[in-house]
Amino acid sequence: MRSSESHKMPRRPAAPPRAPVARIAAALALTGALSACNTVVLKPAGDVAQQQGDLVVMSTYLMLLIIVPVIALTLFFAWKFRASNTEADYDPDWDHSTQLELVIWAAPLLIIICLGALTWVSTHLLDPYRTISRIDAQTPISSQAKPLEVDVVALDWKWLFIYPEQGIATVNELVVPANRPLHFKITASSVMNSFYVPAMAGQIYAMPGMETRLNAVMNKTGDDFVGFSANYSGAGFSGMRFKMRSVDDAGFASWIADVKQGGANAAGSLEAKQYLDLEKPSENVPVLHYANVDPKLYGRIVDMCVEPGKMCMSEMAMIDARGGLGKAGIRNVAMLTYDKNGREAAVDATANPDAALTRELAWVRALCKQEAGAVIDNTVKAPADKNSLTGFGLSAPQSISLGGDADIQSTPARPSKISRN
Amino acid sequence: MAIEAVDHSHWSPLLGRLWWDAIPPDPIVWVTFAGVMLGGIALVAALTYFKVWGYLWKEWFTSVDHKKIGIMYMILGLIMFIRGFADAIMMRLQQALAFNGSEGYLPAHHFDQVFTAHGVIMIFFAAMPFVTGFMNYIVPLQIGARDVSFPFLNNFSFWMTTSGAVLIMASLFIGEFGQTGWLAYPPLSGIAYSPYVGVDYWIWSLQIAGVGTLLSGVNLICTIVKMRAPGMNMMKMPIFTWTALCTNILIVAAFPVLTAVLTMLSMDRYLDFNFFTNDFGGSAMMYVNLIWIWGHPEVYILILPCFGIYSEIVSTFCGKRLFGYTSMVYATMVITILSYIVWLHHFFTMGSGASVNSFFGITTMVISIPTGAKLFNWLFTMYRGRIRYELPMMWTVAFMVTFTIGGMTGVLLAVPPADFVLHNSLFLIAHFHNVIIGGVVFAVFAGINFWWPKAFGFKLHEGLGKVSFWCWVVGFYLAFMPLYVLGLMGVTRRMRVFDDPSLHIWFIIAAIGAAVIAAGIGAFVLQVAFSIWKRKELACDGDPWNGRTLEWSTTSPPPYYNFAFTPVIHDIDAWTDMKRCDVKAPKAGFLDIHMPKSTGTGIILGGIATVFGFAMIWHIWWLAILTFVGMIGTAIVHTFNYDRDYYVPAGEVAEIEAAAHGQPLPAGA
Repeated sequence: MRSSESHKMPRRPAAPPRAPVARIAAALALTGALSACNTVVLKPAGDVAQQQGDLVVMSTYLMLLIIVPVIALTLFFAWKFRASNTEADYDPDWDHSTQLELVIWAAPLLIIICLGALTWVSTHLLDPYRTISRIDAQTPISSQAKPLEVDVVALDWKWLFIYPEQGIATVNELVVPANRPLHFKITASSVMNSFYVPAMAGQIYAMPGMETRLNAVMNKTGDDFVGFSANYSGAGFSGMRFKMRSVDDAGFASWIADVKQGGANAAGSLEAKQYLDLEKPSENVPVLHYANVDPKLYGRIVDMCVEPGKMCMSEMAMIDARGGLGKAGIRNVAMLTYDKNGREAAVDATANPDAALTRELAWVRALCKQEAGAVIDNTVKAPADKNSLTGFGLSAPQSISLGGDADIQSTPARPSKISRN
Repeated sequence: MAIEAVDHSHWSPLLGRLWWDAIPPDPIVWVTFAGVMLGGIALVAALTYFKVWGYLWKEWFTSVDHKKIGIMYMILGLIMFIRGFADAIMMRLQQALAFNGSEGYLPAHHFDQVFTAHGVIMIFFAAMPFVTGFMNYIVPLQIGARDVSFPFLNNFSFWMTTSGAVLIMASLFIGEFGQTGWLAYPPLSGIAYSPYVGVDYWIWSLQIAGVGTLLSGVNLICTIVKMRAPGMNMMKMPIFTWTALCTNILIVAAFPVLTAVLTMLSMDRYLDFNFFTNDFGGSAMMYVNLIWIWGHPEVYILILPCFGIYSEIVSTFCGKRLFGYTSMVYATMVITILSYIVWLHHFFTMGSGASVNSFFGITTMVISIPTGAKLFNWLFTMYRGRIRYELPMMWTVAFMVTFTIGGMTGVLLAVPPADFVLHNSLFLIAHFHNVIIGGVVFAVFAGINFWWPKAFGFKLHEGLGKVSFWCWVVGFYLAFMPLYVLGLMGVTRRMRVFDDPSLHIWFIIAAIGAAVIAAGIGAFVLQVAFSIWKRKELACDGDPWNGRTLEWSTTSPPPYYNFAFTPVIHDIDAWTDMKRCDVKAPKAGFLDIHMPKSTGTGIILGGIATVFGFAMIWHIWWLAILTFVGMIGTAIVHTFNYDRDYYVPAGEVAEIEAAAHGQPLPAGA
């Protein structure tokens, strides 16, 4: 319980201006029941969550317009027309009134029209894929502001955060600079999770082989925000929580420097091999800091081909787009299995990556070649530039990073879809 | 900390995966097992001692009488409701204990099964049997029919539902249940992440019970469309029958989707398919869409008949015609249609575009318009009524208040940006318990208190009923209002341990609320037992509440043929109309009545289906093949049974009618 904040609660500065009646109702409805506890959803530290929390309150008021009269009338009629009250009118055959029927259909309809308009607008403005347009209610975003990109991977059962710009990564610790736009790219290694920091912004699912996005900002600094998975993901789900810190720019720079230098939580550098170890299920994992990250790692996680010898999803899509391999494709099984038996195969591959790669490429070669020596192996190589992807009438898959792809970053992605560029 | 997976890879041709490791490693389960075994043995011994096996077999298990099947559905629902509630108590206790570094008393493997089983059991094996039970018992009586269209199919449906329930109960003691949440989202529910039998129990218990639900839906639609008494056109049907019709249309349209999606998941798990895996471009999102295309209509399948129950009760206890019958009917149909275009609101957070999310958010809100109209209709039925506060009416008023609050939080969750912060939180849990307890459970108790006298010829004890009512209402608010608060504090669902001590107090209040609800359930069981004991004092005639629809025109309990003469209908409130015109039960001129004969095929098929499901779950292939062939064979053999019907001689009808209407109290009370 945090009583210190509760007194100010109904008059938080970030709240949009509202009618005084609504203010009083807010004070009555919320302080009574909720001010005693830390209702982070209504009093978050980030502007996006704040707007979402305000929307919760606003929609509630709108509905109370009809809910309160209904409940009051129910209780009043229940009391007034009790059998023992013989004074009250009794009209056993009265069962229709066109005016009343009009009212009882129209009143909820009007409320829903208002709420529907509010929904349409707010859903578009607060779309997690949409870049934010303001730091907070007073501060518009400057055109130079470069968002901080964080790539988020939900693992069994911990969170991996990759800072591509800074070239570092952490496990179960998210540190962000306050008042700077944040741009999260989110995926998962095995099952569905949901990335949620209630103090910052609403949640979005983290799903394997797909990328979702979230744009947000933190307006307050603080050390004890929490984030977690909001979608049950197995035995270690309860411990799948991370500390989230919001710091000022200097603090952020010094934190980055600390991570790079190593320290109490240092775990070396994060490359495919370390990732595959990290990916194995574990619970209540302590904070880890990686001073270096393979810049291609995140793209390969989304493309489900971190393990040597695995075919990337985008490559598979390419092969399929070209009409597939026909019967030869049957032999691609081991390269394409991701969970199932593929897990064990991957361990072998990690132990001796070259052998595994050679073996699996050989399957495809054996089936694709027309005659000895004439190997058609462009099916398995990742394309060197994205033109080879777009050249076949396809646009580049969103998830793989293809060299200098600043233009791709600015395109809002949709899960498992292909961007139009 | 690494996870140590238990190796369950043992397989033998004779027993499949069934081996010693199927015994759950959990003392709580052993004690429960011992209790169930002792209770079971005592029950079997008692039934044998009192020589009632023959009676049960002849009069109940093989009966095709819709009234008896309806009662059996209610008993099944009640047993499973108590099982599901035991799960709820365990969760509340775990979440109240697991603070300040404590792990609570349930390990993850057990806790995750408990919340999965709670959801599955409450929806599929408690709420569904209750609703189906009411529809089975009431609909034919309300439309003046002697049974449903396909009486054998009805018996078969019941036993298939029971078969699913038996499988889910077996999972408690043999192997494990799913640890996936009640809708078993892949990839978690796929073979790679749930390799043992838990998800297979889930699949086969739902798949087998689903056959029963679907067939019972077909049966009731047919009954309502084809077997109404003369004069009862669609717009003269009692409102409960209307809601039953809409519900069964929903069942017939929605359950095949569940069947299909379960089949696809089975193919992933059994045959190495890749519909929903991460491999080979499988899409878990497809599963989530499909399961909710079934899942959202499912909640209306549960709530619509309950709306019907409340409508009948309000009208009866206000002594007044239902206000706005026509708009009530249209509201029900609008809800039926709209319930198909809102499914995406269960996963706004999956990342659809803003326009898609807005569309589904707004369609969801639109449903609140007909629902609100219904609420106003009940309200204006009370207006200028003479409200008698018998138990059913008390439950109804409690529903109206509670459901309104639940409806409000529901519309709130339909606003996508609001859902982003509340999705999967305890706010959501509070919301759907608010509508399902406030809507469905309250209706079940209202309906049981309302129609019990019809089914058994005596009323339920009022004092104990009031104890149960107040415990439930107070317990509900105590148990679930704290969850709304916790949701606003950002607490997510399905958590086993907590580290923030400021949450503790709310979980303790919720646990106390659950205990008060437990007292309410206890009081209800006591109410039933006490009323059976005092049935002579509580006995009533055919129309104890001054009812308005046809079921009250029969004796209590109704004769097995329901109506000696098929009534002719002139008004929506047919029985009120007959009473007004002073229609008397005929004394002579009875005819032979054509009735269906009992058959054991339903229970035999259900039994074989249980074994088949068990064999599939445990990969005992020889047994699966054998039982599958056995099922098909039994069904084919049954088609050659031509001895399916008989005529009740007019003389017997005359005797029964004379006994019923010649005395102030009906026989058999």
